Amino acid sequence: MSYIPKPSAHHPALPRNTLGLTRRDYEGTMSTLCAGCGHDSITAALIESCFELDIPAHRIAKVSGIGCSSKAPTYFLNRSHGFNSVHGRMPSITTGAAIANRDLVYIGVSGDGDTASIGLGQFCHAVRRRLNMTYIVMNNGCYGLTKGQFSATNDKASPSKKGEANPFDAIDLCQLAIQLGAGFVARSFSGDKAQLIPLIKAALSYNGFAFLDVISPCVTFNNHPTSTKSYDYVRAHNQAVDSLDFIEEKEEITASYAEGTSLAVEMHDGSRLLLHKLDEQHDPRDADAALMAIRTNAAKGAVATGLLHINETQQDMHDILATDARPLNAVPMSELCPGSRALEAINARLR
Amino acid sequence: MAPSQIEARSRGRTAPTNTSSPQYFHKVVDCQWACPTHTPVPEYIRLIAQGRYAAAFMLNWESNVFPAILGRVCDRPCEPACRRGRVEEKPVAICRLKRVAADYKGEIDAFMPEIPKEKNGKRIALIGAGPASLTVARDLMPLGYSCVLFEKDPRGGGLMRTNIPSFRLPVGVLDEEVERILGFGVEARFGHEIKSLDVLLKTEGFDAVFIGTGAPKGKDLDIPGRREAAANIHIGIDWLTSVAFEHVHTVGKRVVVIGGGNTAMDCCRTSLRLGGMQVTVTVRSPRRVMKASPWEIEDAEHEGIPILDNHAPKEFLVEKGRLKGVRFQKMKEVGLDKSGRPRLEPSGEEVVLECDDVLMAIGQENSFPWIERNIGLEFNEWDMPKVDEVTMMSTRPGVFFGGDAAWGPENIIWAVAHGHQAAISIDHFCHGKRLTERPQPGANLISQKMGIHEWSYKNDYAPLKRVAMPHADKAQALRNLKVEVELGYDDKLAFKEAERCLNCDVQTVFSAPLCIECDACMDICPVDCINFLNNEAEPLLREKLRVPAHNKTQDIYVSDNLKTGRIMAKDEDVCLHCGLCAERCPTGAWDMQKFMYVEAQAAQACLTHHNAYLR
Ligand SMILES: Cc1cc2nc3c(=O)[nH]c(=O)nc-3n(C[C@H](O)[C@H](O)[C@H](O)COP(=O)(O)OP(=O)(O)OC[C@H]3O[C@@H](n4cnc5c(N)ncnc54)[C@H](O)[C@@H]3O)c2cc1C
Ligand SMILES: Cc1ncc(C[n+]2csc(CCOP(=O)(O)OP(=O)(O)O)c2C)c(N)n1
Ligand code: SF4
Ligand code: SF4
Ligand code: SF4
Ligand SMILES: [Mg+2]
Repeated sequence: MSYIPKPSAHHPALPRNTLGLTRRDYEGTMSTLCAGCGHDSITAALIESCFELDIPAHRIAKVSGIGCSSKAPTYFLNRSHGFNSVHGRMPSITTGAAIANRDLVYIGVSGDGDTASIGLGQFCHAVRRRLNMTYIVMNNGCYGLTKGQFSATNDKASPSKKGEANPFDAIDLCQLAIQLGAGFVARSFSGDKAQLIPLIKAALSYNGFAFLDVISPCVTFNNHPTSTKSYDYVRAHNQAVDSLDFIEEKEEITASYAEGTSLAVEMHDGSRLLLHKLDEQHDPRDADAALMAIRTNAAKGAVATGLLHINETQQDMHDILATDARPLNAVPMSELCPGSRALEAINARLR
Repeated sequence: MAPSQIEARSRGRTAPTNTSSPQYFHKVVDCQWACPTHTPVPEYIRLIAQGRYAAAFMLNWESNVFPAILGRVCDRPCEPACRRGRVEEKPVAICRLKRVAADYKGEIDAFMPEIPKEKNGKRIALIGAGPASLTVARDLMPLGYSCVLFEKDPRGGGLMRTNIPSFRLPVGVLDEEVERILGFGVEARFGHEIKSLDVLLKTEGFDAVFIGTGAPKGKDLDIPGRREAAANIHIGIDWLTSVAFEHVHTVGKRVVVIGGGNTAMDCCRTSLRLGGMQVTVTVRSPRRVMKASPWEIEDAEHEGIPILDNHAPKEFLVEKGRLKGVRFQKMKEVGLDKSGRPRLEPSGEEVVLECDDVLMAIGQENSFPWIERNIGLEFNEWDMPKVDEVTMMSTRPGVFFGGDAAWGPENIIWAVAHGHQAAISIDHFCHGKRLTERPQPGANLISQKMGIHEWSYKNDYAPLKRVAMPHADKAQALRNLKVEVELGYDDKLAFKEAERCLNCDVQTVFSAPLCIECDACMDICPVDCINFLNNEAEPLLREKLRVPAHNKTQDIYVSDNLKTGRIMAKDEDVCLHCGLCAERCPTGAWDMQKFMYVEAQAAQACLTHHNAYLR
């Protein structure tokens, strides 16, 4: 952290989006995380993505649990809605919010501890319910906030900073998400914004449950030479299975790509994804193939990154439940609370 | 050129920045770089903020010799260059802060260089007692030279005394700074005009001669009526001299000043104080290309003087042998010429301004009737002496030029800069050293880190507006030529203004081997200076930055290759020197280091306060 606030002055030639805002307008307060924390980079990528997508900040809700990662929403989108909830409970808070107001863009921020340990059950149900949200795990392989204990995503081969061995196998959240039926699953690295920003933009535009596992080195507790979540290790073992161009509805596709190695995916909101396969075997629309890609790479000691799986036709929770098209705050009171007679009618139906 | 074209043309890479050359970081200190004498501005501003006025004064005095004078009337090339002006609207009031150092310095005699009792046996003639000659004397006296100063006027100071009016530069302030140098033991011969250089060279056996006689001839206008109305038509700079030496005390009620430069501004404001009731300035060209400094125009207008642009004088109107007025042809703009200046044509409309006196301020020229053309001192096709731009020497060995005499009218700070260079050359010349071997500047870089988030300077940027200069009561100021208009900042205002300085000398110094490419510095930088990307040739690199670097006057700081093969590229343009990059860097790859740059001079004794920073 720093003692001085980030100066208000910005570059006089800073670009503006269609809302007339600069990327500075999407910032939050100064981060109090350790200097060099991967979480801050992901924060910067989120800022850039929301800026580029021209999303008005007040149409976004940020929800998180507990952890350094879960503190991060304070550091972006000052003008958005936010709820910093309790450990592992981000999914249920988001579920409630999404039921109440389906029109907001939900960004859930969690950590590997918050998601893969205490919140694992909540996570599974958020996927199962197909919440229309972007769920980001800032994955550093440890409990950063409580001083770096192993988390459930830390690799067995990756000892602690002091050399203590990790006796357990890691939970791979991407595999879990695919198995539970998540419609958008990607993995990236905080140190690779060129890959990360298009993935975040695609996830935000995806209608349904979008999961992003972002490896995010903890400079203080898990960036030592033997760690598999360090800057150096991830750079050396990063195996991108594809590269993604995110094309907004207003843009034209200008470049042409060779058949077979590239794939255009139409998104719900009219934007498109242009996917360039780097691994020919990989087909992100096939969940089984996606699992294979992750596992074969892992067997080789590599970390598969990129858009791992996408299901363009998946329905979200509101589709499945056929809820009202309006957010609850737009439903008149008489409809929202139809009175005791209506309740009696329901009860009678269920008797 | 579109980025894609640049891309197509691009070949190769941008070489890593050579930060071991002192000029790289020097250039980042925009004000110091722009200052002809390279005054360490941010350091003296910090000293002012700390209330250490004497130290601030001494740094100035060592660099620019006339801090109290320059703190009032310097042309201040540093201010348009100041970074603060690129970040927000107005630059730091560098000049006004210099005056604060002078106003509050207290006793400084003890800090003056020692003048050796035993002389080195070399005698130097200095012709003209303007700032150029006085600087040469200041630089050579501590080395044991005997300097003889010839000045046709009764007192020293040159145009600073004769032409800069006392409401801008009080005589007492001028005297103090001129006397300080004369007090080093300069043999001043006032009232002594040099009428022949040849005679001077032959008779007194000087080891070297410095010519600092300025550009003493005011331009005239040869239009109808000039001769008939001569009694009421004055050459501006001569008239100002007469006012300064109190030969002229009044002026007519209606005055027309012809010209749009600083001399015109001084003429019109002086007229107001000598009884002019209706004073008008006329300029031939459009307002926006007027030569006068914006602040001088502002001051004249604040005193209620109208400035009529596009007015070309055509004729002086005479009635009964007396000036009655001036007829002007109004001009109109018809596009731009090759150099980008407006092209003017008569509009057909004529205007008559009735007046009692005309002051002509349309420029100055050099004139050397006293330099023989057959003594080996060559003149060029414009009848100007050929002077070497580095050594200041003419084609006659041992004869040097500087100030307005060298290449035409400039300003005080350039005269001082010339004086420093000439003194170095004279010293080399007198000791048989090659003049082209110039002494190198001193420089060093020292980390300012005091703790994890603590720096020895105030790095907290605040969007503060430039502090307005308090002015004397207008009615009173206009009644008396000697009342100084600007009152100066007091300590509180000075502190407030000093806080606006961004400390551009506290440099962002990058070490590529330490960087782990975590992006933290890039993400935190408030002004998007820092980039991590693939190397390219500079034009393309500039386009590819987070905010394309279109200000080509500012450099890009390029690192060696990083682990991923990318480079760090920092656009120096609007860096706030806030140090957040260094605070956020987990590995110390960025550090904030204070850069001290000491421009070389002839005498180390005149640089003791500077040199103290190099140890
Ligand atoms: C009206 C006016 C206002 C100005 N205002 C400013 C300002 O606000 N800020 C600024 O920076 N600059 C200003 N200038 C310009 C500045 O005054 C000059 O650039 C500067 O003084 C030049 O210094 P110098 O040493 O070259 O010569 P000068 O100051 O011109 O001094 C030359 C001296 O040589 C003497 N001399 C000439 N010939 C002989 C001879 N043959 N024998 C003996 N002595 C001789 C002259 O009497 C004079 O004293 C102004 C100029 C004018 C005309
Ligand atoms: C119910 C509960 N149990 C335990 C804790 C203590 N605790 C705080 S943060 C944390 C782990 C955070 O790890 P992670 O989600 O990976 O976040 P990181 O700090 O690594 O980003 C734990 C166990 C808590 N706050 N609440
Ligand atoms: S901000 Fe300060 S150091 Fe920077 S250019 Fe301006 S005066 Fe000089
Ligand atoms: S000091 Fe560093 S963070 Fe601050 S503006 Fe300059 S480059 Fe950016
Ligand atoms: S913060 Fe330091 S280590 Fe990280 S990218 Fe910047 S210079 Fe490199
Ligand atoms: Mg963690």
